[in-house]
Amino acid sequence: MKILVCVSNVPDTTTKITFTDNNTQFNTNGVQFILNPYDEIALARAIELTDGGKGTVTVINVGDASTEATIRKALAIGATDAVRVNAKPHDAWYVAHQIAQYVKANPFDLILTGRESIDYNGSKVAGMLGELLDIPSVSIIKKLDAGDSEATVEREIEGGKEVLTIPYPFVAGAAEGVAEPKIPNMRGIMSARTKPLAVIEPTEVKTFSEIVSYETPAPRGQVKLVAADDTAKLVELLHAEARVI
Amino acid sequence: MSVLIYAENAGGKFKKSIFEAISYARAIADQNNTSLTAVSIGNVDAAELALLGKYGADKVLNVSGDKLKDFVNQAYASIIAEAAKKEGSAVVVLSNTFSGRGLAPRVGVKLEAGVADGVVALPVQEGGSFKVKKTAFSGKAFAIVELTSAIKVIALVPNSYKVVETGGTAQVEDFSVESKASDFKAMIKEIVRSSDKVSLPDAEIVVSGGRGLKGPENWGMIEELASLLGAATACSKPVSDAGWRPHSEHVGQTGIAVSPNLYIAVGISGAIQHLAGVSSSKVIVVINKDPEAPFFKVADYGIVGDAFEVLPKLIAAVKEYKASA
Ligand SMILES: Cc1cc2nc3c(=O)[nH]c(=O)nc-3n(C[C@H](O)[C@H](O)[C@H](O)COP(=O)(O)OP(=O)(O)OC[C@H]3O[C@@H](n4cnc5c(N)ncnc54)[C@H](O)[C@@H]3O)c2cc1C
Repeated sequence: MKILVCVSNVPDTTTKITFTDNNTQFNTNGVQFILNPYDEIALARAIELTDGGKGTVTVINVGDASTEATIRKALAIGATDAVRVNAKPHDAWYVAHQIAQYVKANPFDLILTGRESIDYNGSKVAGMLGELLDIPSVSIIKKLDAGDSEATVEREIEGGKEVLTIPYPFVAGAAEGVAEPKIPNMRGIMSARTKPLAVIEPTEVKTFSEIVSYETPAPRGQVKLVAADDTAKLVELLHAEARVI
Repeated sequence: MSVLIYAENAGGKFKKSIFEAISYARAIADQNNTSLTAVSIGNVDAAELALLGKYGADKVLNVSGDKLKDFVNQAYASIIAEAAKKEGSAVVVLSNTFSGRGLAPRVGVKLEAGVADGVVALPVQEGGSFKVKKTAFSGKAFAIVELTSAIKVIALVPNSYKVVETGGTAQVEDFSVESKASDFKAMIKEIVRSSDKVSLPDAEIVVSGGRGLKGPENWGMIEELASLLGAATACSKPVSDAGWRPHSEHVGQTGIAVSPNLYIAVGISGAIQHLAGVSSSKVIVVINKDPEAPFFKVADYGIVGDAFEVLPKLIAAVKEYKASA
């Protein structure tokens, strides 16, 4: 089985988010970039599915040269090879088109993404890829079992779950539960240095969206503390003051 | 132009998040002096369809048929895109539900439309520009996104817009789209609903437990409080990692993002990754025995105390309040 895992390079989860230039630019100063946590889950599952020579795992990233550390991390975790589309990702539309272009020339049985990237939180790349390649897509999956000609996936729905069977090829966005992220070992880190990483140039794509500015949430007021043995007071506050019960 | 709303149903019924999305789409139609069409797919009866008019739809395109009884991502996306073409819609609104998040990007590609999901406010339209506010950095910030395509697709986060009843009536029209066989490749084998529970993404109240609860055997208290309040239950990541609770309950940066009216956190420290997914809750209550727990910094109300003593008392107090109400 040939699996493609789409990975993105995102600010570390502990990053305090700030902006510059009158709130129009994300402040990358001092920010450490990491492999998107959901992509790690997708990658881990791809490696499990191809374990023992049952296939290959290619990772693809749309990004400038600064993302290579993240791509090498994916190789160290166990991907077979990697592709970087040499462009700053503009939005999901742009990223999906670049990846679709690559896949049209290099077909895969299964394409995995993370359910969303933790920076812009869209879950759009999986669905857009599905549409551009005219294959099924499931945006958020919680489980993936691969059979010979089709896979069984579990998708979350409000108040429950749905079990689906999907023939290859298809695209799915991995969420918590699909696999445990893998930590690279020393051998992986050493071999990652010599694994193939192809750099390809982007194709021209229209852009349909632009981030014009950012806002930070309004600061909350001081916490109102209630004594541990006065829970009736808390209930009263939630009813009369906060009006939420 | 017109505005189109996809009215998603769950087992033939529309949920509150859909009425929010219709109210929201109605407001966009009013901003542009245009009409609002709702498209409903699946087997929804006439009385239920009439509700769409009550919340602001002028017209309902009703698509039914056994093949479309349950959600089929590709086929539904085709229908929504065709409905938008038929109505000449410039804005397509979906709810940011699990299904909505799968549909929006496919509909976007079909219509060559810019897509914004995670949207939390009405668009600002000035001088031909169209800007929406969406969550970014897992709730640590918002991004103002300008959509520059002729058609725009937006997915509205549940609980971020008020339901407004217009009391109108909609004209219902049957609609169908010739579907491609390839739209039905993904087959649903089974749907498992835990019908007795409030679903987490659209819950108005969430009661959440962390590692401070020590083990799965102590979740009865969380469940009892939740059921008294009509709330959904949730948990922190280590709790679902340890298998005390299912992954579908894990909230935060790598779990589900929630924005209920009330979030009650019990025995949760308030790590930045947890806060990322819950900090847009309107009111936050924290119960933690450590007065230094970071969660108190973002809480509106707090109790410093042992969950095993506070929760039974809180449950009793809520019972008393309900009995007197
Ligand atoms: C990449 C990444 C992504 C992550 N994503 C998420 C995410 O999405 N969601 C998430 O929740 N976490 C996430 N985390 C984990 C996060 O960093 C914290 O580890 C986690 O939120 C802590 O969970 P907790 O508060 O339940 O447990 P702990 O940190 O162990 O805190 C337990 C709290 O309970 C209190 N306590 C203990 N006993 C009692 C008692 N008897 N009564 C009252 N209070 C008591 C303690 O004072 C403490 O504050 C992520 C981490 C990483 C690295």
